[in-house]
Amino acid sequence: MSTSAGKPKLGVFKFASCDGCQLSLLDAEDHLLDVLGLVDVTYFLEATSHIEDGPYDVALVEGSITTPHDQERIQDIRRQSSFLITIGACATAGGIQALRNWADCDDFIRTVYASPEYISSLATSTAIADHVQVDFELRGCPINQYQLIEVIQSLVAGRKPRTRTHSVCMDCKQRGNVCITVATGEPCLGPVTQSGCGAICPTYNRGCYGCYGPAKQIHAQSLTDHLIGEGAAPAHVVQLLRNFNSGAEPFRDESNRVEALT
Amino acid sequence: MSNRTIKVEALTRVEGEGGLYVQLDGDTVQDVKLSIYEPPRFFEAFLRGRRLEEVPDITARICGICPVAYQMSAVHALEAALGVTISPEIRRLRRLLYCGEWIESHALHMHLLHAPDFLGFNGVADMAAQFPDEVNRGLRLKKHGNELLEVLGGRAIHPINVCVGGFYRAPKKDDLTKLLPDYEWGLEAAIEATRWVATLDFPGFARPYDMVALQHPDEYAMNEGHVASTSGLSIDVREYEQHFEEHHVAHSTALHSVRQGSNASYHVGPLARVNLSLDHLSPRARRLADELDIDWPCWNPFQAIVARGLELVHAYEEAMDIIRDYRPMRPSRIEYTHHAGFGCAATEAPRGLIYHRYEVDREGKITFAKIVPPTSQNQQQIEEDLRDWLPRVIDDDDDQTALDCERLIRCYDPCISCSTHFLKLTIDRGDSR
Repeated sequence: MSTSAGKPKLGVFKFASCDGCQLSLLDAEDHLLDVLGLVDVTYFLEATSHIEDGPYDVALVEGSITTPHDQERIQDIRRQSSFLITIGACATAGGIQALRNWADCDDFIRTVYASPEYISSLATSTAIADHVQVDFELRGCPINQYQLIEVIQSLVAGRKPRTRTHSVCMDCKQRGNVCITVATGEPCLGPVTQSGCGAICPTYNRGCYGCYGPAKQIHAQSLTDHLIGEGAAPAHVVQLLRNFNSGAEPFRDESNRVEALT
Repeated sequence: MSNRTIKVEALTRVEGEGGLYVQLDGDTVQDVKLSIYEPPRFFEAFLRGRRLEEVPDITARICGICPVAYQMSAVHALEAALGVTISPEIRRLRRLLYCGEWIESHALHMHLLHAPDFLGFNGVADMAAQFPDEVNRGLRLKKHGNELLEVLGGRAIHPINVCVGGFYRAPKKDDLTKLLPDYEWGLEAAIEATRWVATLDFPGFARPYDMVALQHPDEYAMNEGHVASTSGLSIDVREYEQHFEEHHVAHSTALHSVRQGSNASYHVGPLARVNLSLDHLSPRARRLADELDIDWPCWNPFQAIVARGLELVHAYEEAMDIIRDYRPMRPSRIEYTHHAGFGCAATEAPRGLIYHRYEVDREGKITFAKIVPPTSQNQQQIEEDLRDWLPRVIDDDDDQTALDCERLIRCYDPCISCSTHFLKLTIDRGDSR
């Protein structure tokens, strides 16, 4: 990808999020100046005061849609962007703040704020793809910086970016980890969660909690049946599926199914 | 006299999004609003009903830059609720993890976010062309912090190894000691970086701050201590809410913290810590503080970058001490049983004191959560600073005035995603001049 003016213009945009995914770019210390040399950064509030108007050749979008204003802002960014990439669980699945989708948001506002009338918020937190067409998505809470660099380099070189979509379980086997669920009975979402983190949780003696969202072609019920069969409380299994990727369809649907059983 | 409005629609080189609105009547500052429009995410609401074991993982997501601060405050508060006493080894490893976050966050802010203000650059990419050695040093120091977080925490952003009671897995001695050669270089580079930032051109601007930070009798406070202030406050963390309260203002999705009763603002962060705990800095950081051309305590917010440098040096020295003495521990976590209770804790995030309080039921579910991040505590102080700062910079055009205001705000290393539960600049001069 290149533009008539030379290097592709990159915009980094934030919606409801923790900033961690765009920080992943600044965290690519060894590659940062090289990557910044490949593109023309024209909008990246966290990193630079240099701001140019669109259009943008590549837009990296972090965060979920939670306010009426942001509903309009994402439409504007989409109109100005040739290739729009969502980065992280907030942008791809609504993030941890999508827990409001199962609650009374007014009650949430009253819980946190003394003057609810000052707060403008939607009742839901939704993924960017629920509002505009998304050209590529990078999963994770947070994303993997190497995947992000690979995506930017691919686009600059005119290649279609690729990420692996197999499960954390496969990575765990490759690392030679002892299976957490089999060995200790602790619930692990490794069989249904997409690769990308390097299977760090099982490597550190704990069950996967699904940061990278659902892997391709999963059968979530097989896992929940197993976990409940081994004694996990259904309410625990529901919460396991409802954290950073609760809005991702396979996790959302399976959590709703298990919840209906209780 | 004419009215004038100056706006910064979107503050840059800060974490999260907010703006600034300033209204002037001639040379009189009518109104200053640090407007935080970062959308609220309602952590304190959705934590209710969650298992207490999830709290360090969930609260980490409040901030991608200082997740360890949230994890540390959360686990200490929950351990207080459960009556868990951690071992000295776990305590030292938690300080080591915090050193990793201080190194990463301070190196980032000093070199990539704040230094461009003093040198006249928009950001790191253009600064790198003229100051390649400084930028590369900053990136290398930042990387050291992240590497420590990866070894001890599993990953740099949203570490996965922190749990109530300790760590899921104790790090291997070799994995830590292999960091030491880089850290030896890093300590010297951090000293050099601090000497460099101390020579930057600081405006002569001092404020009569009430600075608040944790203080500990034996060490530079990170994970525990009493809440102290430069005005003489010294209280147990359990009394925090009797002395500090949060207000909800219309222009911010971040709550404003003030001193209870007086509604006075206060200042948290590295400058507060250095002022209150100077003599507990590590030996080389302490010697460096005396060597620099700054009188401590320091009341110039622009020199917070130097305090960050001293803490960077401290974090390297302390991290190396902990790593050299480390023996793999068993168990890596203290067992506990669920029972109803409540507990609070304050720790020192890179940008200042952070307070958490939780109530749990007998099944280990959260029934109440209160989280007070550093930036919401600094918000009202920043607005007051700007009122004092503006008369010095309003003779310039709106763009330059706005830039000068942003520079002051960035001294606080604001973390807006955190505080929302934060920034755009608008300067209102009525009919424009």
